[in-house]
Formats: sequence, structure tokens, C-alpha cells
Amino acid sequence: MNIKTSAVAGTLESSDVYVKVEPCDQLEIEIESVVYNQFAEQIKKSVMEVVEEQGVTTGKISVNDKGAIDCVIKARVETAIKRAGGDK
Amino acid sequence: MRRSMLFIPGNTPNLLMNGDVLGADSIILDLEDAVSPAEKDSARILVRNALKSLHYKGCEIIIRINPVDTEYWMHDLDEIIPLKPNMIMPPKVSCAQDVKTVSDYIAKLEEKCGFEKNTVKLIPLIETAMGIENAFQIAGADERVAAMFLGGEDLTADLRCKRTKEGTEIFYARTRMVCAARACGVDVYDTPFTDVDDIEGLYKDAAFAKGLGFSGKASISPRHVEGINEVFSPTQAEIDYAHEVMETIRIAKEQGKGVVSLRGKMIDAPIVARAQQVIEMERAMFGGVEDDE
Repeated sequence: MNIKTSAVAGTLESSDVYVKVEPCDQLEIEIESVVYNQFAEQIKKSVMEVVEEQGVTTGKISVNDKGAIDCVIKARVETAIKRAGGDK
Repeated sequence: MRRSMLFIPGNTPNLLMNGDVLGADSIILDLEDAVSPAEKDSARILVRNALKSLHYKGCEIIIRINPVDTEYWMHDLDEIIPLKPNMIMPPKVSCAQDVKTVSDYIAKLEEKCGFEKNTVKLIPLIETAMGIENAFQIAGADERVAAMFLGGEDLTADLRCKRTKEGTEIFYARTRMVCAARACGVDVYDTPFTDVDDIEGLYKDAAFAKGLGFSGKASISPRHVEGINEVFSPTQAEIDYAHEVMETIRIAKEQGKGVVSLRGKMIDAPIVARAQQVIEMERAMFGGVEDDE
């Protein structure tokens, strides 16, 4: 699936994460986090799991994490992708 | 059986994460009023993920879905039922058919998931004048109904009166709900006390509800949970007396006695029933939810 429109999910409140997805020629993941040094890899892994589950092949996914746990990150990424829709 | 039920907004991660450490016997993860229409999808996915990942140790899980006259309620159940919550709270239930509608849809999902029939129970939220008048039919509408919950805020809006701390305006609704629930053998829960800072008022309101026969009370603030638990817990003296009653009955049966007395008072059926309820409540404290561990 290619992301064809932009969409956002989540908030910038503590323990939450703000996710933006937008069209892009390739698959790009950008991560910003208050715990970047410790958890950037884990966050990327969680994002990738949802991206694969949802069948996303192209699009840019920007994640601004405010200390969210794994299930919250996955929920916000899934919501943003579903809101954006896309072609299959 | 539960004493306190704490509402937690379904789209607020920091509250969802800590739901089980706030002292409530049950937590109500809210997909309805606490979530704006634009965020219904987001909250539904977040709550589903929370149920998948978080343990909520010793805490009963209730999900308040959206009303049956909205486009959201079936989507809510589609996501939530596979996670096997203890109970679903359909709001604005006004008649038995509302209960049947939700129950029938849950039954389909339970079958699809391979769950035993009636695994997920219902606690209808009664918050309309029509709902109060139909409380008995609602309580007995379906074997999935395990409890009922009175919502005072929406009810007073429907009654076109002001909601007060004294609660005179909901007195009829409270007593009717208790009577209907007890007649059908289900638990019944009182509306939250909405002044978060008035702890003295909370104790008074909870004690009044207990006096009317409510099983427990809901709360919109973690600050009220301790007070509700205290009011709705049996005292140590009540627990001791209940055990004494049951022990006296046991000995009397062994000795073949038909009539027995304790502390100079005859123990009749209502006293035994009350003692059993106190012991049941003692056992059920902290939600009565068995942990897997």
C-alpha cells in the first residue's frame, strides 16, 4: 500500500506519541524521542511492525515520542496509517 | 461484585497505563463521553492495544462503548470483544431491546472468537427517564446482564432539572434502579459524585447510596476511590459477625437443631442471607478478579 494522503494521530502529551504519515516515493521513518538514546531502535522496530502489518510500502512516517510505551506507539501509528488510507 | 468503578478516558495513555494502581475494584475504559467524535477511531485502537499488552492486575475491566444509536458501537465491539473484557457498558440504555441488540452482536463475536457463550457480561448504563421507567425490563432482558449503573448527569438533563449535591432530583431513580436490579438478582451501581475536591460530600453521598441498597459507586476521579471502597466495604465487626453466624448455623446443622440463636437473637433466613453477602463481599474485595498468575 502506498500512502497517498497525509494524516496524524496522537498528541504531544507525556506518555503519548505524535505520529504523522505523508506520501513519499519510498518508505521513510523519522524518529524523535525524549528517550532517543535508549529507545530509538525499539521505537523503530515497533513502527516497522505496524507498517508491515498494514502492508505499507511507501510513505514517510514521522514519530515524535514523549515517552510512550510500545502498545501506545503501535496504536498511534496504526491510527495514522488507517486515517491516511492509501492505494493497494 | 465490586465496590468502586473508576472511569478512565480511552484516549489518554498516561491514565490507561496506570489504571490498575489507582485502587479501584473495576476500571471503566471509556470510549464514549470522554472521547471526541474525531478521536473515536484512535481511542478504540489504543484501548484494544492496552488490553492486549497491559495486565491490569487484580482489576476488573469494563469498556464503555458508544450508544446503539451511533455509528461507533459495533466498531467498538469488533475491536474489544476479542480481548475478552470482563464487561461491556452500553450507555443510554432505554429499553430491553437496547440490551438485546448489544448482546446479540456480542454473541456473534464470541462465537467467531471461539469463546463460551455469555463470557462477556453487560452492565447497562441507565441515564434517561425512559431507561429508569424500564429498569426492571432492562435488568431482566438478557442473561448477560450482571449489573446496572445509574448515570445521574445525563438523567437530570433528560428530566430537565438541576443536578445537586443532595441528589433529591435522582432519589426516585436511585430507589427504582435498586429495586429493579435486586428483583432480577443483579448488582447495581450509583452515579459518580462529580465534585472532585469535596471528599466529605463524597463520603456522605456514598453512604447514602449504600443505605439505599447500591452495591457500589462509580467515580470520575482517582481521589474518590479510597472513600468509595471504605464506605462499601463491610466493617471488621460485620465480617466477624457474619462468620460467627455461618459457624453457628454449621454447628446447629450438625447437631440437628432446627432453630438457633446467637447473642440472644434468633438466626433466621434474612440474617443468614446477609451474613453470606458480607462474606461474599469480603472475598470479592479488589474486584474479585482472579489473577492468572
